[in-house]
Amino acid sequence: MTDDKDVLRDVWFGRIPTCFTLYQDEITEREAEPYYLLLPRVSYLTLVTDKVKKHFQKVMRQEDISEIWFEYEGTPLKWHYPIGLLFDLLASSSALPWNITVHFKSFPEKDLLHCPSKDAIEAHFMSCVKEADALKHKSQVINEMQKKDHKQLWMGFQNDRFDQFWAINRKLMEYPAEENGFRYIPFRIYQTTTERPFIQKLFRPVTTDGQLHTLGDLLKEVCPSAVAPEDGVKKTQVMIHGIEPMLETPLQWLSEHLSYPDNFLHISIIPQPTD
Amino acid sequence: MPASVLWAVDLFGRVYTLSTAGQYWEACRDAKLEFKRVSAAMQQCCWGIAADNQVYVYVCASDVPIRCREEAYENQRWNPVGGFCEKLLPSDRWPWSDVSGLQHQPLEGVALPSPHWEWESDWYVDENFGGEPTEKGGWTYAMDFPATYTKYKKWNSCVRRRKWIRYRRYKSRDTWAKIPSKDDPKELPDPFNDLSVGGWEITDEPVGRLSVWAVSLQGKVWYREDVSRPNPEGSSWSLVDTPGEAVQISCGPHDLLWATLWEGQALVREGISRHNPKGSSWTIVEPPVAENGIMHISVGVSVVWAITKDRKVWFRRGINSHNPCGTSWIEMVGEMVMISVGLNDQVWGIACEDRAMYFRQGVTPSELSGKTWKVIVSSRESDQSHSGSSSSLLSAGCFFGDEVRGSGESPAPSDADVPSEVGRLRPDQLHPADSLDSKGSLTLDPRPGPPKAGVEETDPARGPGGESQADPATSPPAELPWTNIDLKEPSRASSHTAAEPPRLSLSLLPGGLEEQYSTDDHPMWAWVSGGGCAVETHATLKWFSAQSGLCPAVQTLVPPMTPAQTAAWRKQIFQQLTERTKRELENFRHYEQAVEQSVWVKTGALQWWCDWKPHKWVDVRVALEQFMGHDGVRDSILFIYYVVHEEKKYIHLFLNEVTVLVPVLNEAKHSFALYTPERTRQRWPACLAAATEQEMNDWLALLSLSCCESRKVHGRPSPQAIWSVTCKGDIFVSEPSPDLEAPEHPSPCDQMFWRQMGGHLQVVEASGRGVVWGLGYDHTAWVYTGGYGGGCFQGLASSTSNIYTQSDVKCVYIYENQRWNPVTGYTSRGLPTDRYMWSDASGLQERTKASTKPPSPQWTWVSDWYVDFSIPGGTDQEGWQYASDFPASYRGYKTMKDFVRRRCWARKCRLVTSGPWLEVAPIALGDVSIIPESPGAEGSIALWAVSDKGDVLCRLGVSELNPAGSSWLHVGTDQPFTCVSVGACHQVWAVARDGSAFYRGSVSPSQPAGDCWYHIPSPPKQRLTQVSVGQTSVYALDENGNLWYRQGITPSYPQGSSWEHVSNNVRKVSVGPLDQVWVIANKVQGSHSLSRGTVCHRMGVQPHEPTGQGWDYGIGGGWDHISIRANATRAPRTGSQEASMPPQDTIRGPWAPEESQGTSQPAYVPDEAPHGPPGRRAEHCCLSSCILLGSQLWPQALVADGFAQACAQDGAVRVGAGQRCAGDGLCLHFTRQFALTGGDVGSICPKRGTKKLYLGTL
Repeated sequence: MTDDKDVLRDVWFGRIPTCFTLYQDEITEREAEPYYLLLPRVSYLTLVTDKVKKHFQKVMRQEDISEIWFEYEGTPLKWHYPIGLLFDLLASSSALPWNITVHFKSFPEKDLLHCPSKDAIEAHFMSCVKEADALKHKSQVINEMQKKDHKQLWMGFQNDRFDQFWAINRKLMEYPAEENGFRYIPFRIYQTTTERPFIQKLFRPVTTDGQLHTLGDLLKEVCPSAVAPEDGVKKTQVMIHGIEPMLETPLQWLSEHLSYPDNFLHISIIPQPTD
Repeated sequence: MPASVLWAVDLFGRVYTLSTAGQYWEACRDAKLEFKRVSAAMQQCCWGIAADNQVYVYVCASDVPIRCREEAYENQRWNPVGGFCEKLLPSDRWPWSDVSGLQHQPLEGVALPSPHWEWESDWYVDENFGGEPTEKGGWTYAMDFPATYTKYKKWNSCVRRRKWIRYRRYKSRDTWAKIPSKDDPKELPDPFNDLSVGGWEITDEPVGRLSVWAVSLQGKVWYREDVSRPNPEGSSWSLVDTPGEAVQISCGPHDLLWATLWEGQALVREGISRHNPKGSSWTIVEPPVAENGIMHISVGVSVVWAITKDRKVWFRRGINSHNPCGTSWIEMVGEMVMISVGLNDQVWGIACEDRAMYFRQGVTPSELSGKTWKVIVSSRESDQSHSGSSSSLLSAGCFFGDEVRGSGESPAPSDADVPSEVGRLRPDQLHPADSLDSKGSLTLDPRPGPPKAGVEETDPARGPGGESQADPATSPPAELPWTNIDLKEPSRASSHTAAEPPRLSLSLLPGGLEEQYSTDDHPMWAWVSGGGCAVETHATLKWFSAQSGLCPAVQTLVPPMTPAQTAAWRKQIFQQLTERTKRELENFRHYEQAVEQSVWVKTGALQWWCDWKPHKWVDVRVALEQFMGHDGVRDSILFIYYVVHEEKKYIHLFLNEVTVLVPVLNEAKHSFALYTPERTRQRWPACLAAATEQEMNDWLALLSLSCCESRKVHGRPSPQAIWSVTCKGDIFVSEPSPDLEAPEHPSPCDQMFWRQMGGHLQVVEASGRGVVWGLGYDHTAWVYTGGYGGGCFQGLASSTSNIYTQSDVKCVYIYENQRWNPVTGYTSRGLPTDRYMWSDASGLQERTKASTKPPSPQWTWVSDWYVDFSIPGGTDQEGWQYASDFPASYRGYKTMKDFVRRRCWARKCRLVTSGPWLEVAPIALGDVSIIPESPGAEGSIALWAVSDKGDVLCRLGVSELNPAGSSWLHVGTDQPFTCVSVGACHQVWAVARDGSAFYRGSVSPSQPAGDCWYHIPSPPKQRLTQVSVGQTSVYALDENGNLWYRQGITPSYPQGSSWEHVSNNVRKVSVGPLDQVWVIANKVQGSHSLSRGTVCHRMGVQPHEPTGQGWDYGIGGGWDHISIRANATRAPRTGSQEASMPPQDTIRGPWAPEESQGTSQPAYVPDEAPHGPPGRRAEHCCLSSCILLGSQLWPQALVADGFAQACAQDGAVRVGAGQRCAGDGLCLHFTRQFALTGGDVGSICPKRGTKKLYLGTL
């Protein structure tokens, strides 16, 4: 029998094979070879692309290099979204490897946040963790942790150390035995079809009469368009970490096992592929 | 803690129980009678006074019967004419007598004491004479009566006698058994009004002794004599004089006994003790307020709660065993009609206003008065289907209205017609469809108002005394007539009856109004007894919220899998994740990883037990460095940095060499030890201590995880795993290597890797089919759930499910020593050379009551110090044992020559932890044994056990899917047993308390309990303590540590012929399915120190040499128990062995079943050992753990772990992972040997620039 722990491991070690190509208009001294990399699904683009940056900078003149940014089929990729989310949302139906275009010029100010250093990523990551714990435990768990625990969480995440990260993160996933789950489930629902970046609302894991809420319950409540109507024609896919959990899956279980390291359940709603 | 139950009586006299594990009130199985009082005791029995004013006892059914032995002696004298005959001399005893010969006792004159008993069998002759079998007929001989008897007939044996025995069995279980009132009618003219049981903690002699106290309507107090487990009914009532007319009485589990007087004062019984459970005198305690006398009282171990006539609740301050009267009253919140103190001084009450039941929350040893009243909203099981709720409404109502007025008159006849009419019109029959829907069950919460949230101490307005929410039309009046209050207000009875017609009519309303009906139909309680109900402070009860959905029947004892684990959504996630990994990774594995793996270091400050003299704890810094490859396999080194003479130094341990991490028993420190094979041989582990328990647990969990990862050991142990337990109660499990039992060069047992499982046990027994049972120090039986982790192993090191709370209780003993001097007698002033006046058992260590701590910081005290009377040698009335001098053998009586005495004090402490164990309630066990079978075997699994009282039990229905089995089958014995073992072919051996062994005949899968016991004398002058049966071998252990092998066992004579001495210095033995023998040795000398309690493996055990020769020493120092009975893994044979082996069927175990030929059931096939003397093993041992020079390899030794190839190819001399490379003294390798393949060779060599660590740089 497979253990739930294996899910955590599978989620953590999820990798997306990616081919980075330099944007054609970038000026290079010699031809830039594409660069192939296995990107951790749970990480952030700017955290894991040092090698990419170094690779392309070798062929470029120093004065042409400014802040690196990435784009897929014309869409600038937000570094502050987890890689797996970006892939599921934008590219899950395309063939592998994922082709990402690398830019060093004309930073799309209105679409992307700047990422001056790793500290910016850490700040963003930790604020997500804190927000999630505010929802789950009124911030009690994260506030009781010591500074070094916060650091271990980040270092474990940054260095792709599953054990180091989970040694701390498991405390964020606990809840009082007398309750059946967290206070609220930290989740964000993303759709490509709307302008709104994502949906985030307060939603409890357990109904007032003690029943566990399911993924379907959540979608019906906050994003009814994602749920197939009664006639059964499925128009959308509900995707987390590249898989489509059944709508009967309890939300609490999902939050404990399929949350990203930032402790949020990032759910992509994408149109059902036609083929 | 097993689930226990709360007993209660509702207003209509129906008895219900509520389990601590359940959420519904269940109607008492024997519901024929209506009761006014019940009083429950811990030993699963309950006394009550029924509507007919008779006293009844309800003994809960158990798989172990209550049985009593009747004995009679047949006496004969020899005369020259007829030989031995019944014709005795006139001066002689009766031909049939009791043991003394003074009492005439013909067999037919022995009658059953009451209709509640039945005979188990007919009379038979006892052929066991003091542990020795006698000649047929069981006669013992002597020169004359009365004399010493021997089993041998001599020339001067003039008389003989033999013992006849017959067992009777108590049959009235799970039913109310009427206590026969054969007392003098003049003595007992008036019926009983109240009754209370308790006192079971005063003494355990006889087993299950209870104090049963009762108060008659005339106010007299009575005591029931001789109530105990073997005699649940007791023998007679005796009158205890009181200074006034008593009304009600309450007896605590220990020595507290209070009663209330008619005038409103309380009576306190003084002088209750072990030798005088009835007590000696009464003391009067005045009520808190003079005008409102005490109406009701309930006592616990050290608390007294009372209710005065104005329904106010009071708590008595200052109660302890020296001052049973306490000091003063404190008023508590709430208004109650009655109150009951249960086990652990927990309190229940029935509210005055609405007759709802409340539980006092927050009662702890430090805060005995608790915090708040919390209402118990559990509904009755019968309410689930809206049935039975009004079945005896009217009759009981009439009875209650009537009964209290009367004094001595028979209870009012009930109106037999009405209940049947009501029964016909039960609402569930009108609307059967409504009965189970969720809407219906949601309405079961009787009062969704403020009282549900509990009542704060500071807010007396809300609560039991507050506004009742019940509809006046559907709720009977609050002042329902009851007890002494009722006597003042008898007219109220009519108002109660008047209130009933509308209530009845409600039940006839059509469906639309039925919800209202059920909302108001919460149970209305009249009486509660918590005397049998153990609520733990840490337990979560399901009594306080109305549950929907699950019925109690759904909660099975051992859920093999929870619904969540089998749910389709879960399966799909697992499946999709696997598919995703395949899709996104399979073709791209050659891509570079975005994040390079680096070293992760965890550092901390610990203390280290210095390796050299003077040994002491020194402060050290420790660092755990972990290296992880892309395959996810990790290796680690633990560095311990210390300072000696202001110079910084360190030692290091490779975690892939660590064989066990074991918590160490230490009163003050949170310490643990690390062993490697080398340190095991030295008997000198690396010991580390942390400042806090949390810190130690963090390190232990992290190091353990690292060890497991480097050995790729995770998840559930295999069914063949070897289990062991340390003296601290920690559980360890080891995966046997294939050549652990190889006939030649078995892998050394100091190399075995042990990992810890959560939980706390004293004994663990495994079988080859994955069924594992354990016994706690408190004799609770536990079954392994298939999980792993628990205890300090949280998070990743633990399985998500199958981990449960586990608790254990044990005693700490200290000794009070005194010396006699002619002036003052015995005093605590010893000679200067004497031991400490308060000491441990040896007398060497000082142990005072105040300074003695629980065994480790994990344990907490749960009792006060008490004198232990049950120590070997016996004691006098105050617990003293006498001897001529220290140290000596002690006696329970004083002689002229005795100048010293001692007595033993005990104190209970308890530990709460978690682990993959579920309790097998309710019978406490002293020993357990599971048949050693291979994984492939089919059918139910034979499991035998001995209860803590000495009953032999056979578990039915044990299988892989239901490891806990279903029920016990009691196997009768003529004396208490201590140990049992079942062999691979269902041969069952056992050891009795007298030290002799028994063989059980005819045990087979179709006759799981066999037919009869064959008595097997113990080795000369030795008392056996343990027996273990493997495939064919039978080994026994005596109390002096000698290990014996049973010789001469053949299929036709399974009892064997004699005992052969094998070894001394043995504490425990475990014989496995390959007849392999493992023991816990008492003392083993290592190169650095001596260890006690060491795992040892018998070497050279062969079919033609079943006792083997010599021991191989494994992990040790504090090991207490081992079970290798699951390991049926044979070593893979080499070609040469195959060739030299006899055909499979030439030599077989005597019981090898026919159908096993060529199947998975291993017949015992011997492996001939043509090569080599035993000395060869030492070479092998050296090879696999030391650095070798040269390229000489022993392929058969290295092939097994896949390392030979690596050695051969890179040419370096290296023997196992993590070893220093001989060619390059600075280089270390961290790759596991199991991961090595031909392609990996390059990557482990430092010269080719791969991962390495230079010690010099640190």
